[in-house]
Amino acid sequence: MKPARFAYERPADLSALLDRLASAEGSVKLMAGGQSLGPMLNLRLVEPDLVLDITGIPELRRAAIEGDTLVLGACVTHADIEDGRVPDLTGGALARVAAAIAYRPVRNRGTLGGSLVHADPAADWVTSLIALGAEVELAARTGRRRLPVDAFVTGALDVALAPGEMLVSVRIPALPPGTAWGYVKHCAKIGEFAHAIGAVRIEPATGRARVVIGAIERAPLVVAEAARLFGGRIGPDFAERFDRAAADGVLREAGMTDAVDRHVHVTILARAVAQAARPAPSTRPVSEAA
Amino acid sequence: MSDAIPLTEGVGARLPRKEDDRLMRGRGQYVGDLRLPGLQDVAFVRSPLAHARIRAIHVPDAYRDRVFTAADLTDVQPIRAVSGLPGFKVSEQPVLARDKVRQVGELLAICLAPTRAQAEDIAAAIVLDLEELPAVHCMLAAREPGSALVHEHWGDNVFLETLVDVNFSAALDAPIKVSRTISTGRQCMAPIEGRGTVVHLDHRMDQLVVHTASQMPHIVRNGLSECLGIEQGRLRIVSPDVGGGFGYKAILLPEDVCLAWLALRVGHPVRWLEDRREHLTANANCREHHYRITAYAERDGTLRGIDCEATVDSGAYSAYPFSACLEAAQVASILPGPYDFPAYRCRTWSVATNKCPILPYRGVARTGVCFAMELILDAVAAEAGLEPWTVRERNLVRPDQMPFDNITAKHFDSGDYPQALARVLKAIDVDAVRKRQQAGEADGRRIGLGLSIYCEQAAHGTSVYSGWGIPMVPGHEQAGARLTPDGGLELRIGAHSHGQGLETTLAQVAHEILGVPVARTRLVHGDTAMTPYSTGSWGSRVMVMAGGAVAAACRELADRALRIGAHLLQADPAACRFEAGRVVGPSGDVTLAQIAHTWYRRPQDLALDVNPGGLEVTAGYKPQRDSGTFSYAAHAAVVAVDPDLGAVEILDYCIVEDGGTLVNPLVVDGQIYGGLAQGIGTALYEEVRFDARGQPLASTFADYLLPGPAEVPEPRIDHMATPSPYTQFGVKGIGEGGAIAPPAALANAINDALRPLGVALLHSPVSQHRIVAAVLAARDAATAREAA
Repeated sequence: MKPARFAYERPADLSALLDRLASAEGSVKLMAGGQSLGPMLNLRLVEPDLVLDITGIPELRRAAIEGDTLVLGACVTHADIEDGRVPDLTGGALARVAAAIAYRPVRNRGTLGGSLVHADPAADWVTSLIALGAEVELAARTGRRRLPVDAFVTGALDVALAPGEMLVSVRIPALPPGTAWGYVKHCAKIGEFAHAIGAVRIEPATGRARVVIGAIERAPLVVAEAARLFGGRIGPDFAERFDRAAADGVLREAGMTDAVDRHVHVTILARAVAQAARPAPSTRPVSEAA
Repeated sequence: MSDAIPLTEGVGARLPRKEDDRLMRGRGQYVGDLRLPGLQDVAFVRSPLAHARIRAIHVPDAYRDRVFTAADLTDVQPIRAVSGLPGFKVSEQPVLARDKVRQVGELLAICLAPTRAQAEDIAAAIVLDLEELPAVHCMLAAREPGSALVHEHWGDNVFLETLVDVNFSAALDAPIKVSRTISTGRQCMAPIEGRGTVVHLDHRMDQLVVHTASQMPHIVRNGLSECLGIEQGRLRIVSPDVGGGFGYKAILLPEDVCLAWLALRVGHPVRWLEDRREHLTANANCREHHYRITAYAERDGTLRGIDCEATVDSGAYSAYPFSACLEAAQVASILPGPYDFPAYRCRTWSVATNKCPILPYRGVARTGVCFAMELILDAVAAEAGLEPWTVRERNLVRPDQMPFDNITAKHFDSGDYPQALARVLKAIDVDAVRKRQQAGEADGRRIGLGLSIYCEQAAHGTSVYSGWGIPMVPGHEQAGARLTPDGGLELRIGAHSHGQGLETTLAQVAHEILGVPVARTRLVHGDTAMTPYSTGSWGSRVMVMAGGAVAAACRELADRALRIGAHLLQADPAACRFEAGRVVGPSGDVTLAQIAHTWYRRPQDLALDVNPGGLEVTAGYKPQRDSGTFSYAAHAAVVAVDPDLGAVEILDYCIVEDGGTLVNPLVVDGQIYGGLAQGIGTALYEEVRFDARGQPLASTFADYLLPGPAEVPEPRIDHMATPSPYTQFGVKGIGEGGAIAPPAALANAINDALRPLGVALLHSPVSQHRIVAAVLAARDAATAREAA
């Protein structure tokens, strides 16, 4: 379990990185925290010709509030978010998600951008940021563009990055007062990849909701017409109205054939909805694992 | 636990382990820490298929002198671990596969390069031409006629079939008859340190020096000598610090033989360090039992008899030295556990499949046996409408029966099993648990209580193992003891520590007799050149056997010191006594250090008739009876089960343990903690599953789940201490026990929680998926019943 030979470079600024990304021949992998890429290199699941280490670029570690949007650089770590070293507009929701990612050593090095680009369906940011309505900002030598996270994540381990393009930041809209938020995951044990994730962002006042089911074998499932999970109407009593059978139907339609898997996903989604109906906790762990 | 400084350092002292100073500071010296000039690394080409004929192995021309296959190893014998039990079929485990591969991960070629990464580059460039054969992946199907054959010339897939029948038909008219199919998943042992071997040539000694992480260096020397055909004097086996063994390091691997052969061939030091993928997919497999078991009982829970058909998936080859049948054949003799009943029948099969050889893991067959027996007892309790403890109270061996020969002629040396049960019921507070259970939980989880009791035969010796007829039969254990000229003590044993704390505990044994401070006692072990022969560390035997030998050597040393001391005191030896590190005479005393100084530095002061053997002794030891010590424990677990997610939280865990006289209760607690952690893994998390082509489905720790700190509660431990009548100080072996009982205790607790839902889980691990699947199936069945 040692990597195949590769070249390693660590550009000092973003334009140098984008130039190198555009000019490099052969296969290139960007490395931030290396928490997924490291094992994949060792297992020789990837054998890039060149690894570009992006942790030396100050811009990618920046965190800022722009109006009612929180902008986090790609190399902001899970621990940065967990520990409150970056600002927050989500009432602690991001910190609670971050605090339950894997184990602390992984959170110390693992990054927000790396997790999104890796796009493991069982990872936390992929599902939670879709529910929060976040966008990614992508950069190439030729210019920049933004995509909603659900458009960026196109499948399991698959994202909409063009050749020569990279993720530079994540833009997370504020969670306004009165918005209910629930995020629950189920792991075989604490720190492991999730087997089921439920993430809900509900506005009881407007009747709008974003309901996302994660840790399935494809990109997270954004429930179209979320109201059908609540008997056709979303109001302040949304938790009581949550309909397990409707959620089960959504999963059946999505092709989840295993009844046990469906039961676990529906249970986790129900618990996320129930959590959203409770007052926001300050540091409640989000894992339901034993 | 107390922080107080122990008053004594002898037997019974709760002494912190002296080796932890280096181990906990990262200063341990493991095989992987060795640095030798000219060292090169090995990566193996392994079979990607479970069962295939080898058509060709294509080695690129550029690598011809760096790659070695079976065609090169013409002078190497296969590994043969033959059992003398009648009917045993012999497998030959090739060091490198020649005609056929019989498991995923089987070795096909050695690749040598300056670094492991480069060696893996070479391995990746080798092209295999394999003709896939149907894989034997299910031990039950493997016994059916028409199954593919792992070893064609056998005609079937059965290493060994055994039958024990003791008056079985007498049980048939019992009013209660309960049958269950109970099974345990295939596991990997997963010590923190994997296997590793570094070999170099010592031209001065004309020796091949094999540094390998081993529990039994002397047995490795036997095996290597047989495979390589070189005399034992030319082999030196060094086992440095070992980061956990659990049985995996009590095996001679083909990798070890390859490395020794390779060092002879290339002449420079070579190294193989196992990686986790190799560990999980190619080597460290264990457990995987299947039981069809029936209990016959009276309505009050008294057992009338047990009938069992047990099958063990032994994998492709008989592993050296324990053989492919130790596990299953042991099942027949140890299934009765701590219970006394009058009728018994057990048929066992050790079945060959296209999987890794099954290796003995901490508890060996006992964990599976305990799982089967304790689960069937709970089924009897449910059938009879009794509490699970009532059934156990009715059937445990009683103290007035000790010493007791059970239905399979196992000789229980001592103990009070009902008391252990009574104490654990009190500790866990069964009434409070039952009340809480009936009240229900606000969060919808269900509470359950589970019990499990086992006995552990340990340090069983010649009389037991000669019957198995495997390549290794333990005899007398020997130890060396030498006083240094300044009064320190060196002990030598042929067994090896792989984390048990022997450097501390054997020094305590010596201290009990000689009074030398533990800090001034050094244990020399893990090197065939410096230690007496021993079968090594396995079977929870070291404290009984090496401890007994150290005591014997120290007693002889004390006697010799007494005679020298008496001469120095100008007293009659009969008027002197040895006490706390000094010889005390009628009119004065002299210290061991003074006696040592005299022997080594001032021999002119010695008596003319002094024992010329001096202050260095090798002594041998065997207990009065070598049928083994019987330690035992009662475990009780309280769990909360989430029936919708299958999540299990251990709310409380109590252990009442009787290991006889404890040399160091702190070390014993540590053994129990570690064993419990492994038992929780067996119970809830760990499993390597295989697909129909014999492919292992867990190749990393993302797939093979081990319990972590959050999953392992701190148990409450209560020690009983019934000495063994047969051993030095009355000690009993306790090394494996912690891992034996937890799977049964936890499965019983989960089933106790879910019984009202009509759920019974009889396979370990009781994974979350299995729990949810069983709950849903029970709900569907209930719905169907209502509809009908």
